[in-house]
Amino acid sequence: MVFPVIAVTLFGRVLPTWTLSLATIAASNALVALGIVVLARTGNVSFGQGLFFAAGGYGVALIANNWGITDAVAQMLIGAICGGLLGLVIGPLIARYSGIFFGMLTLALSMVFYGALVKTTVLGGSDGFNVVRPSLFGISFVDPREADFMLYAVSVVTTGLTGIAATILFRSEFGLASLAARENNLRVEYLGISANRIITINFVIAAVFAGASGAFALMAQRHIDPQFAYWTTSGEFVFIAVLAGYQSASAVFVASLALELVRSFSNLYLPNTWQLVLGVFLLAVILFLPRGIGSLWIRERRKRAGVSAETSAAVEEGVPS
Amino acid sequence: MNLFLTIVLDGLIEASWLFVVALGLTLIFGVLKILNIAHGSFYALGAYIAATAVTIAAAHSLPPALGFVAMLISVALIASIVGLLLERGLLKLFYGRDEVVLLLVTYAVFLILEDTTKLIWGVNPIYASQPYELFGNVEFAGLFYVGYDLLLIPAAAAIGLAVWFGLNRTVMGKIVLAVIHNEEMSLSMGVRVNRVYAAAFAFGVLLAGLAGALTAPKISMQPGLSSDVIILSFAIVVIGGLGSVEGAAIGAVLVGLARATSVHLMPQAELFMIYLIMAAVLMFRPEGLFKRETARRI
Repeated sequence: MVFPVIAVTLFGRVLPTWTLSLATIAASNALVALGIVVLARTGNVSFGQGLFFAAGGYGVALIANNWGITDAVAQMLIGAICGGLLGLVIGPLIARYSGIFFGMLTLALSMVFYGALVKTTVLGGSDGFNVVRPSLFGISFVDPREADFMLYAVSVVTTGLTGIAATILFRSEFGLASLAARENNLRVEYLGISANRIITINFVIAAVFAGASGAFALMAQRHIDPQFAYWTTSGEFVFIAVLAGYQSASAVFVASLALELVRSFSNLYLPNTWQLVLGVFLLAVILFLPRGIGSLWIRERRKRAGVSAETSAAVEEGVPS
Repeated sequence: MNLFLTIVLDGLIEASWLFVVALGLTLIFGVLKILNIAHGSFYALGAYIAATAVTIAAAHSLPPALGFVAMLISVALIASIVGLLLERGLLKLFYGRDEVVLLLVTYAVFLILEDTTKLIWGVNPIYASQPYELFGNVEFAGLFYVGYDLLLIPAAAAIGLAVWFGLNRTVMGKIVLAVIHNEEMSLSMGVRVNRVYAAAFAFGVLLAGLAGALTAPKISMQPGLSSDVIILSFAIVVIGGLGSVEGAAIGAVLVGLARATSVHLMPQAELFMIYLIMAAVLMFRPEGLFKRETARRI
């Protein structure tokens, strides 16, 4: 599984510059969506990942501007820690909710954060503020193309490794217990496993991913504003997760890339109706690929690989009807 | 004291139109179990159509009162048609899917309608202020109010009562309640559930459109309107409890008052306040203020 990650990273050398920044954003969005998929396996969908996304972004931006930490990997770790810490605070409170109320409460929290950010003038209010260009291992990149490639490489490698880690998590005992919590959390409790703890841990994992992704989005834009926490931002992440289907980590990356491509092309050729195109695209995918983009190639692999068939079958059957 | 009265009145005026929007949202959720993100777009659609109707009426030099009536009728007509078409033509294809998937379907509809309104009405602000002066100004305990604003309160109360009466005291309403309560059982009792679905969705859209039409004379219509409204009405229905008419009323009053309070005391904290209330309510009453009992699966 490591080879595709290396291949995709090296492939970035031959890609034109505009695809690099597009792929960076796609990888970063995929990271948040991956968190949503992790959490969705417990049956809860968060509509407020923008909260952790923004927390990571603002945390990194403040530390970069005040203490001058510009290293891309360090920034990514700081973002992940910021998101994770906030997730640790909110997770236990939120774990007892389920279904639509879970989604609404996460949405509410992210909107509270958005409201607070908009009126905090120290942080630039609704305009936000700028951050310096990131460096890597002490090397600062003057050539914009090199800087773009560096960011592309770091984000793709991070998302790729996270995807591999998530796949391992999905097949672990804990991952299967998460699926059980979605099916019936009362029965999980009867088995002596705390459903709330499962949900909390998955929630924190999702928050860590979102925080790291916020750091990437910040590095790519070199600017941050409260829009990071707005509900449409969070909505887009759920959008990617549903587009991908809850089956595989690689599908999340493909879905994220597909969405970014559709968005930038429709933005380029149909500047006034790109949302319309996006909406139609989403409807088409939901209608014709009910199990997400991942179902295009996951099914074939299941026939070939007999060993993992059992687990992936369990994953697929877990998809709520 | 004066400030207090201003806040209460402003809050109730806000609450009145928000209630009508939220009523539609809560009805659609109750019957179809869909949290309709596109609901704000229907509100915006109603407001835009109302603006067009008012402008056309003014161009034919009809009296403003007639323009007002024309506006309400055209919005009611178009909104119900749009609602029916959407439910029968699109939503129907996705029934039985996951709640989140349905939510995203309405998100897609939201995106599509957002650009469609831009294509039809452009991106510049549109006004329809003619009916606003229709009822003159009213002095109320030393405060001056536009009559139109004050009349929104009884209008919303009347709509709310009518919906409550229709649901609880008529045969049709009882059928809708039966579908809300248990769809399979109603189906086996011979209720045409898909018709109830279509009617409920169209009626919800109609309410959103009507609220848009009623507020059109007060505001300027521009892109972004739908996004603001949906985020407010979400808060209302979640505070009140999804699917509950009384809940929508209480939620609307709470959100209206919170909005008015923050507008008068700390203008920037508006959205923050509302979502803080919503988070607080959910912390203590996870299913909103008016909770409906549901069976637990073991």
